[in-house]
Amino acid sequence: MQETTARAAKPPAASATKTTVAAVDDKTIALRINGKPYSFDGDADMPLLWYLRDVLRMTGTKFGCGIGACGACTVLVDGKAQRACLTPMKAAAKHEITTIEGLAGAELHPLQQAWIEIDVAQCGYCQAGQIMAAADLLRRNANPNDDEIGKIANLCRCGTYPRIRKAIKRAAEIGKENAAREGGKK
Amino acid sequence: MKRRDTKTPTTATNLSRRRFLVSGATVSGALFVGWRSALADPALPYLGARFEPQQLGMFVKIEKNGDVIIGARGCEIGQGVKTSLPMLIAEELDVDWTRVRVEQLPYGYIDTDKGPSDKYGAQGAGGSDDIPTGWKDLREAGATARWLLMLAASAQWNRPAGELHTEAGFVVAADGRRLPYAELVENAAKIDPPTTQRPLKKPEDFKIIGKPTRTVDAREIVTGQTQFGIDAYRADTLFAVIARAPQLDAEIESFDDAETRKVPGVKDVMRLDGPKAGEPITGPLASGIVVVATSTWAAIKGREKLKIEWKDSPWAAETSEALHRRADDLLKSGVETGTRVRSDGDFAKARKAARKTVEARYTMPFLAHATMEPPNALIHVEQDKVLLIASLQSPSSASEIIGRITGVPRDKVEIRLNRTGGGFGRRLKNDFVAEAATIGKALLDKGDPTPLKLMWTREDDIQHDFYRPFGVHQMTATLDRKNAITGWSQRCAATPRNYRDAGMKQQPIWTGCLEPEDFPARFIANFEMVFHAIESGMPRGWWRGPVHTFNAFAVESFIDELAHEMKMDPLKLRLQLLGEPRESPYNDYGGPVYDTGRMANVLNRAAEKIGWGRKPDKDRGLGIAGHFTFGGYAAHAFEVSAIDGNVVVHRAVCAMDVGRVVNPLGVEAQAMGATIDGISTALNLAVTVKDGKVQQSNFGDYPLLRMGQAPLDVEVVIVDSTKEPSGAGEMGIPSAAPALTNAIFAATGYRIRELPIGGQLRKIL
Repeated sequence: MQETTARAAKPPAASATKTTVAAVDDKTIALRINGKPYSFDGDADMPLLWYLRDVLRMTGTKFGCGIGACGACTVLVDGKAQRACLTPMKAAAKHEITTIEGLAGAELHPLQQAWIEIDVAQCGYCQAGQIMAAADLLRRNANPNDDEIGKIANLCRCGTYPRIRKAIKRAAEIGKENAAREGGKK
Repeated sequence: MKRRDTKTPTTATNLSRRRFLVSGATVSGALFVGWRSALADPALPYLGARFEPQQLGMFVKIEKNGDVIIGARGCEIGQGVKTSLPMLIAEELDVDWTRVRVEQLPYGYIDTDKGPSDKYGAQGAGGSDDIPTGWKDLREAGATARWLLMLAASAQWNRPAGELHTEAGFVVAADGRRLPYAELVENAAKIDPPTTQRPLKKPEDFKIIGKPTRTVDAREIVTGQTQFGIDAYRADTLFAVIARAPQLDAEIESFDDAETRKVPGVKDVMRLDGPKAGEPITGPLASGIVVVATSTWAAIKGREKLKIEWKDSPWAAETSEALHRRADDLLKSGVETGTRVRSDGDFAKARKAARKTVEARYTMPFLAHATMEPPNALIHVEQDKVLLIASLQSPSSASEIIGRITGVPRDKVEIRLNRTGGGFGRRLKNDFVAEAATIGKALLDKGDPTPLKLMWTREDDIQHDFYRPFGVHQMTATLDRKNAITGWSQRCAATPRNYRDAGMKQQPIWTGCLEPEDFPARFIANFEMVFHAIESGMPRGWWRGPVHTFNAFAVESFIDELAHEMKMDPLKLRLQLLGEPRESPYNDYGGPVYDTGRMANVLNRAAEKIGWGRKPDKDRGLGIAGHFTFGGYAAHAFEVSAIDGNVVVHRAVCAMDVGRVVNPLGVEAQAMGATIDGISTALNLAVTVKDGKVQQSNFGDYPLLRMGQAPLDVEVVIVDSTKEPSGAGEMGIPSAAPALTNAIFAATGYRIRELPIGGQLRKIL
């Protein structure tokens, strides 16, 4: 099942997508997504969300409202959380985009580890956006308190908020443990 | 039951003509034998569709390396069944859960001698019945598979099977010899399944059931790899959005698509006819103009350029204010104008004899479901087959609809059940599937059978839902000289949920708005329940814990009001009404019994946890409520403040008794989530109608609770029980709203009688 759907999710061979930024003209938008260069020469007003999903078939970033109210489409733009549904492609040009698919390094991001450990997801649909918003928070504040966590305004219809809180705190701990281990190595 | 001995896969073609005989098969026997006797289609990549030597029935495959693959048949909408149902099979199969890999099964249509049926058993998600159903047939399927493995070992060792036992993936002989399942499975698969049911494990031997178990998809979810319905694409997908009638039941007069067709990427524009006013809604919900394009964005841009003239709607005058007035008029008009739903003793007489009569009215708004994943569907309609990949709650109905609309036989309609971004009852309706099938069929008829991805925007979703009904409950109680409750009347004026359903004539009009078996029926001598139907064009449907969320607010608020009237502690009044622990009859879904002891216990456990009886801090109040839903018992206790009218839930406790717990981590999640859903809905959510149009459109005016507004935690108490399990998805919501408003009363002295709470308190406090 997994294999079949993964195959199905591949983009068409002859799409508007090129994976090279060489020799782009004025109309072409160049950007980097999860460390790789992409270029796009379609409608510059198309939100990044639909480029990710409909064109690249990178479906981890979710559509929830289209007006920036729910946060299901949260991605990092140069490390900062942003709503992909309100980010037109022309505004994404020349920026480094990180989606949920690109959050993990060699191992899962502490937030991803904590999310699994605390078993946060119910339906799971909003969780990529929640994690991206939390990644931005932890980048700014390695040890957020309840009020600071409560400023994440992403919606969860299943009501997983208490476990999201727990998981962010747990991720902060994992981050500290990792930092201590790194320090120990040096 | 005959079995096929040939190893040659049966071709898909001759399968379609064969009816599967189910007469006489045991439940698990039917689940077991079906796959290899008549139903396998090797072209499909699923367990149970393939002929594979390592497979035991439709749910279990054992790999050579010892990995165990278990099929999950339910629609995973966030209630956890993709984890909990395979746990039931794994327990009886007796395997190590860490070696289990779960595969989602597709919808399994089967054409039997008794008509259309479900190959894998019940697959829909409704009524919290996945666990109670699976508790029987899926455990039996697991036990049958285990027995076949033991028979295979018995033959190999030439020892009676009765001398053997199993241990986490091994068959073990009395002398200590062990064989892994992986080495036995091919022989086991050749043995005829037993015709009688194998005994199930004793609960004290459970190793998987009852253990906190994490969501099987957790890693895929947090890495963005999970495929929800909306994530399904084909290589050459076209995208569609629909401009639906803005007024209820409005039809298309004319439209101009010239500008739409100029939008780059727009491929086609077509007309889609909804149901005629008043007719059952068995296909699309509304008339509309479909825009087909090469991306969602192009389709949305194209839709913005449409010019559509709509005919006048028969509901053009409908407004929420008028519905409120109609409810008032009906409730003023006297009981004889309504439908009598229940009548015990003589309420009118009790009223005449009463020392005191207490009355209150409670108003419930229309609600939208607002699943985080909006409705959508990927469909590929071809001449002789259809593929649907979607987020569903009722796949059998989707199959019926697709068959009806496309003319393709249902056994050629393949339905894949991707993970679903929330259900809450929205997807029990398949109007979006009908839309997709209609468009897909139109593309085929035009000679362009391209896979079609129908998308709904959030605005489409909020404005074209099957709403939880609107209604007003008029509650009346009579007290005698000894301050005992002698009579209870509940009159409800509501837009019936039972509205334009194909099968609605079989159900009384009040179904879904009143539950005549619910407490305090049978606990008060003179009891009446009367329903008054309000005409409305708003489509209505099921919304999480349907009749129960609609009723519990009125019943549990009114009991609280009565307690204050009687100068009694609200918990004590509830316990007094429940009386001695006993099994009282409950002759409806969730029955056959209502156990007063279990209800009292969850109330007591919630009370104990919140510290009931203590004097809370200044400006704070404690509230409690409980309700029985679909066989499960829940109570909520909240500590709140409402300074300047701003409601803050400082502590939220939910105690739940759902019988034996299959996955404690999952039940806790459901209790937690339902409690927050209940608070979110009670605080802010309502759908209103004006001039026949839904007034809300997105999360700006349908504001789900955000994390900063939700309680920091929900303290969940799960009762340790040996009773048969109920589900857990819906029990945790009905009593949340009344516990909240009862606590607000305790904190402020102000009684909320209309939901949502919204700004009501800000006007007063």
